[in-house]
Amino acid sequence: MAMQASTTRRGLLAGGAAAAVAGAALGTARRSAAQRGGGEAVRIGLILPMTGPFASTGRQVEAAVRAYLGANGETFGGRRVELLVRDDTGVAPDITRRLAQELVVRERVRFLAGFGLTPLALAAAPIATEAKVPMVVMAAATSIIVQRSPYILRTSFTLPQATVPIADWAARNGIRNCATLVSDYAPGLDAERAFKERFTAAGGRVPLELRAPLRNPDFAPFLQRVHDAKPEALFIFVPSGEGAAAMKQFAERGLREAGIRLIGTGDLTDDDILNDMGEPAIGVVTSHHYSAAHDSAENRAFLAAYRRVAPDVRPNFMAVGGWDGMHLIAEGLKRAGGGASGDQLLAAMKGLSWTSPRGPITIDANTRDIVQDIYIRRVERRDGQLWNIEFDRIAQVRDPGT
Amino acid sequence: MLTVLLDGVASGMLLFVLACGLSVTLGLMNFVNLAHGAFGMAGGYVCVVLLNRYGVPFLACLVAAALFAALLGAVLERTLYRWLYGRDHLDQVLFSIGLVFMASAVVDWLMGARQQLITLPGWLQGRIEIGGGLATIGVYRLFLIALCGAIVLALHLGLVRTRFGSRLRAAVDDAVVARGLGIPVDRIFAVTFAVGSGLAGLGGALGVEVLGLDPTFPLKYLVYFLIVVAVGGANTILGPFLAALLLGVVDVAGKYYVPEVGAFVIYTAMVVLLLLRPQGLLARGGAR
Repeated sequence: MAMQASTTRRGLLAGGAAAAVAGAALGTARRSAAQRGGGEAVRIGLILPMTGPFASTGRQVEAAVRAYLGANGETFGGRRVELLVRDDTGVAPDITRRLAQELVVRERVRFLAGFGLTPLALAAAPIATEAKVPMVVMAAATSIIVQRSPYILRTSFTLPQATVPIADWAARNGIRNCATLVSDYAPGLDAERAFKERFTAAGGRVPLELRAPLRNPDFAPFLQRVHDAKPEALFIFVPSGEGAAAMKQFAERGLREAGIRLIGTGDLTDDDILNDMGEPAIGVVTSHHYSAAHDSAENRAFLAAYRRVAPDVRPNFMAVGGWDGMHLIAEGLKRAGGGASGDQLLAAMKGLSWTSPRGPITIDANTRDIVQDIYIRRVERRDGQLWNIEFDRIAQVRDPGT
Repeated sequence: MLTVLLDGVASGMLLFVLACGLSVTLGLMNFVNLAHGAFGMAGGYVCVVLLNRYGVPFLACLVAAALFAALLGAVLERTLYRWLYGRDHLDQVLFSIGLVFMASAVVDWLMGARQQLITLPGWLQGRIEIGGGLATIGVYRLFLIALCGAIVLALHLGLVRTRFGSRLRAAVDDAVVARGLGIPVDRIFAVTFAVGSGLAGLGGALGVEVLGLDPTFPLKYLVYFLIVVAVGGANTILGPFLAALLLGVVDVAGKYYVPEVGAFVIYTAMVVLLLLRPQGLLARGGAR
């Protein structure tokens, strides 16, 4: 036993040393390549959950950032950019904070980017402030994030921003009473509040508000309760992976036959896994800022570039946040110049407007938050695949929280 | 009302199939195996891969999941677990929880961290009405009740009526004397462990549709398994079975009637039951 243990340990040490040498070699190679681009390379610290329960977010964002660089070159404002991807596992804000600190202090990154979930973005915010490094939030979606540091800019969306339009749509389309079912955690409660406020203000009624525990994907009892209460519609917000289970139960319990319509934010019909959801997802109406089926030249270019990086994956709303985040950084470098300070870069990025794969978007100069069109979409089968087909649009929605 | 009851019974049955292996290892073999859920997860992933990638029929997937988990259990029992039978419980806990983390990491690496989805065959989809509109229940949940009910019966009879069952009980009661009587204790433990793992694998496969499946499965449901074993008492088949049923019904009813505190009802039930029957539901007082 002891013998075995020591050999393994030695093996590990040797492996670690080899990896370190290889890493160093790679680093030198990269640096010399950077120097050819003229001036020191601009390093971007991309902190994402690449493993753990939120790994799909990290993979989507990273692939989109790489796709952007593949499609638009790697040199902006006269400097080559260099990506440093770090895995924060998605569940540990202290790790995110430590990684941000290391990236800023040791690697001297000029941008921090990524940030899969709200607590992770909040953990890194003080570092961005202190180091005066612009921090581009590409995924996390709670309203408050941009207020936590004057160096934060957001290219994803906010949950209330995506929720309010579906409440309006429901009220306008003859739904008078609508139950809500959300996962019992901060974003779920945000969605519940935003939906209820807007829906009741428009004259609707919320007869039943259910909260399912986060770590329990059996929605059966909750949906049975909804079934028996017979509202005209049910609004669901659950973490994106669990939407499938909820919709399956919705169909299995016969809620659709009972005449209850299923609505939600686009997390429910996440493009990444929409195809696996099958029959139960068809006809579900959601509101969101991006669908892979969005019909525009920009989106076609995005899909083509993304396919070159990740051929088997359909980009989702996380990916478009990564693509636009990289675009924002690239534009900042072009406008302020590759050698600009953090404050100059920040000033160059504030207030920018461009046509993203999702449609026209603006980074508001005051709030540094994203202003974008929100679409109402219905899941339909096209060419044997399921897609979120957009059929209505609410132009230039701001986060209602700001 | 009846619908809620039947849903609860179905989820309780499923819980039992997943947890009974743990009650066997813990109660009969006196080994704390926190990695039990990992076998359930293995079975679940076998089912998902066969069903989604190779189009194997669902029932065949269930059998394959159970066999794979049983085989995995047998191999690990022979290579790893048997060294720890004589060690104290802390060693066993540390060892098996380590195994859980390793299993989760391996699955994460192989399959990714996302929830796995399956599509049931047509004959298991849909719902039927019972008692002239008195209640409706999903066909799949009825299937769960029937299948798990059969398993419970088979296990109970197997343990009480067969020669293997009596040898197993003898081996547990006093391993030394049993060995002296020529009972192959080691082999009996190995087979028992494999059967328990196989059942967990079957439960994991059955549970994909109801409980979901991702790399955190063994940890996510560990608490439920332990509750079943703790409340049921760890040395019979019927005790954990009743406990699982009771907890399933209480859990589902709690979420239906009092969704505000739904998640805590099951823990409250556990506390109350343990206060009333600290030895477990059916335990003969003072057995340990």
